Amino acid sequence: MDPHRTFNAPPPARVRLPAGAALVTAWALLTGGCANPGPKQPVYAAAALPVFHRQDTLWLERVTFGIDAESVGELHRLGRERYLDRQLRGPAPAFPAPVAAELANLVAARPEPAQVLADLPTEYKRINAMPDGAGKEQARKALNEAGGKLANQAIRELLLRAVYSPSQLDEQVVWFWLNHFSVHQYKANLRWLVGDYADRAIRPHALGHFKDLVLATLEHPAMLQYLDNNQNAAGHINENYARELMELHTLGVHGGYTQQDVQQLARVLTGVGIGTGSAPKLKREWQNLYRRDGAFEFNPARHDFGDKVLLGHTIKGRGFEEVDEAVSLIVRQPACARFISRELARYFVADDPPQRLVDRMTQTFMRSDGDIAQLLREMLLAPELDAALGGKFKDPMRFVVSSVRFAYDGRTISNTRPMLNWLNGLGEAPFGRATPDGYPLTELAWASSGQMSRRFEIARAIGSGSAGLFDAEDDTPPGGGGGFPQLSNRLYYEAVEPFLGAGAKAALAHANSQQEWNTFLLASPDFNYE
Amino acid sequence: MKRRHALQLGFAALLGAAHPEAGLFAAPPAGPRFLLVFLRGGYDSTNFLIPYASDFYYESRPNIAIARPDPASTTSALALNGDWALAPAVRETIGALYLKRQAAFIPFAGTDDLSRSHFETQDSIELGQPSGAARNYRSGFLGRLAQTLGGTAPQADPIAFTDALPLAFEGTSSVPNLSLKNIGKAPFDERQARILSDMYAGHHLETAVRDGLDLRQEVAQKIAQEMLSASRSAVNGKGFELEAERMARLMRDKYRVGFVDVGGWDTHVGEGASQGALAANLASLGRGLQVFAQTLGTEWDNTVVVVISEFGRTFRENGNRGTDHGHGSVYWVLGGSVRGGTVAGEQRSVSRANLLQDRDFPVLNDYRAVLGGLFRSLWGLSAIQCDAVFPQIRPLDLKLI
Repeated sequence: MDPHRTFNAPPPARVRLPAGAALVTAWALLTGGCANPGPKQPVYAAAALPVFHRQDTLWLERVTFGIDAESVGELHRLGRERYLDRQLRGPAPAFPAPVAAELANLVAARPEPAQVLADLPTEYKRINAMPDGAGKEQARKALNEAGGKLANQAIRELLLRAVYSPSQLDEQVVWFWLNHFSVHQYKANLRWLVGDYADRAIRPHALGHFKDLVLATLEHPAMLQYLDNNQNAAGHINENYARELMELHTLGVHGGYTQQDVQQLARVLTGVGIGTGSAPKLKREWQNLYRRDGAFEFNPARHDFGDKVLLGHTIKGRGFEEVDEAVSLIVRQPACARFISRELARYFVADDPPQRLVDRMTQTFMRSDGDIAQLLREMLLAPELDAALGGKFKDPMRFVVSSVRFAYDGRTISNTRPMLNWLNGLGEAPFGRATPDGYPLTELAWASSGQMSRRFEIARAIGSGSAGLFDAEDDTPPGGGGGFPQLSNRLYYEAVEPFLGAGAKAALAHANSQQEWNTFLLASPDFNYE
Repeated sequence: MKRRHALQLGFAALLGAAHPEAGLFAAPPAGPRFLLVFLRGGYDSTNFLIPYASDFYYESRPNIAIARPDPASTTSALALNGDWALAPAVRETIGALYLKRQAAFIPFAGTDDLSRSHFETQDSIELGQPSGAARNYRSGFLGRLAQTLGGTAPQADPIAFTDALPLAFEGTSSVPNLSLKNIGKAPFDERQARILSDMYAGHHLETAVRDGLDLRQEVAQKIAQEMLSASRSAVNGKGFELEAERMARLMRDKYRVGFVDVGGWDTHVGEGASQGALAANLASLGRGLQVFAQTLGTEWDNTVVVVISEFGRTFRENGNRGTDHGHGSVYWVLGGSVRGGTVAGEQRSVSRANLLQDRDFPVLNDYRAVLGGLFRSLWGLSAIQCDAVFPQIRPLDLKLI
């Protein structure tokens, strides 16, 4: 069966046409027959104009969360280098209006961490004081649900941005850093805080300087609770965060630090914690050293003021300035530049990235004082990336987001819960990694036999119906907007079909329905590798 | 079928190459099976294995203690010896296995991780690495076990009956994982599965794709068999029992090292006593494991099941008729050939003075030493192999296998 003939309906009018005269001309050439109803053969087949190179599609798959008509059009218009510069330094993204409105609502509905952390203990106390029974259970449940709702809203914001932001690279990098500085929503009060963590600690610094990113996560109450530094005080050392800060966040496990360094850094970090309510009463000489910013607190009364020796350098005991000095020292280590470069390259380039590329990125990191945008530019324009295109297995997040971007290009989904369900099913829910190491970046962790069959099931779920993506987000009855997507759309014929492998082509040719065709395409190696 | 045949041939060839003495015609030996059941949430082992001789137990749990065994009642706790009794909720299931000497319990078991944090402790147990050292999240003890076994004989065939691959299985390549909890019929018919498989012909994921689709079909078929044999009383299509029957069918036919986790044990509030939340969960678990044993049939003699949890709970009940995070737990060892009918391992009398931090049970039997000892007996591991699974641990021989 020839899928072209069977399923190539005329492109629906709702597909947004990318701007740009050259492109419009190209589209016009390609789709010239579309004004006439129902051409049996796709018109482009007659137009012998090579529109897009396979490498460009694959490159775009890497830079974005998955191609859509807009990104394809823009890359077409600008070329890789200018496209990338726009992604790195471009203007703030314009979301589709309904998404922009929803994002604004989500942010407006989010409470301030300082307020949450001040209120919650009181609330718990109130509930604990209630007499045992149904009322108490109900109050406890209501409080839990409020926290769960906030975490879900944070995930909703993340997914809407991933699907609809024109700043696709930024969104991918935000996801990368959220995973690099991973926090788990089910620890302590984190469900109330993860939205703020993404928007205030990660997002503003995602393309900035690495040191600022480290400091922003260090000071955020989500991280302070997740890795217990809020319990780290002089005489009551908790090394958890100090260790992970070097092992997972900056230097890497073989980054040249010792257990001694972990202990010393933990001493530097004493007193860095969470403050709510009024400032503590402090000795006069400490009053100037006290810091408070939102829920972040540096409390000199909990700080170890002795001198420390970290990575061979003496840090004079003097308060929070030590933390700044220690972080500066750590991020200037060549080990840090190498570790961060390698991690980025593992996510964007290859599971085992070429050493030459990592070396160049390491140099760029050191030369630019950890300028993440420069690092990305170096990496994404590198010939090593070009050589590695087509070989990176999409992790569940990339798989799910790219599927939705592709299947519902030009439409605005209203409900992200199906996406979260799919991510849960595939084991990569946002803020769902229990361990501080974040989700794995390599194929090995995602392509086990069980995971492949699960992925195919989800491919079927996405390809066979709208799965509730167009239902209202609250629990009102489904509002319709159903029907399966048309993956054999113009985007497919322009940017995907010309480069399909023989396996996928054969499978698509055997499809008995549009739903089956969609499923096979989403399950194909061609769609699952980028 | 064809593929399995090919697999066996492959194994035989591998064996022949690595161990000429094994002979080319050696069929996969009837090696042992091992299933690890992880009770996530820290189950209240003190109301499972009840220290009924201790007055302190009854003082500490005025609302949730389980009454002393009553020889006149078949629904009371089952006395195992002079110190311990088994929860009535599992009397008919795990208790019956104990009486057949197919079950043993190890109190004061657990880890030296004192964080009393679910995640911390679950992780450290699943990783099974030396305490104090930096953690490698890419290396779990079942992964190391599978690798160790796979290096010498085709006995490993691991499987995780979970949605995601558990940390315990990290570090070995391609462990099939499939949760059997809410599994429906096969999503693809044979034609579709073949088309999907063919799409990956020649691709390096070819095997994973085919295995995954096959396993999914296999499971679907087993579910269909269940439907057909629905008259049998064992299958009533509920929760863990159903899951356990499916696990047993898969392990009987193919898999040798299994992992499953069961949740719902974090009983801070309204735990209940001989009846209630914990009892219901224990009863379901007990029935499931009984079904597991029955379904394996004669292969039950070749199988060992170990039930563990990240920690025990506070010895005293809290203000909400529940219990909070504690330390020492009770592990179970079940199997047709287990030398059961015993409460094993180092023990202390149950008294306030013997509590850890006046709060919970101490750990006298380190889980790595316990499991290492079991693995050693089960597969005849050498000291080097034991050390590969649980580095720097002296395996404990509890003489259960």
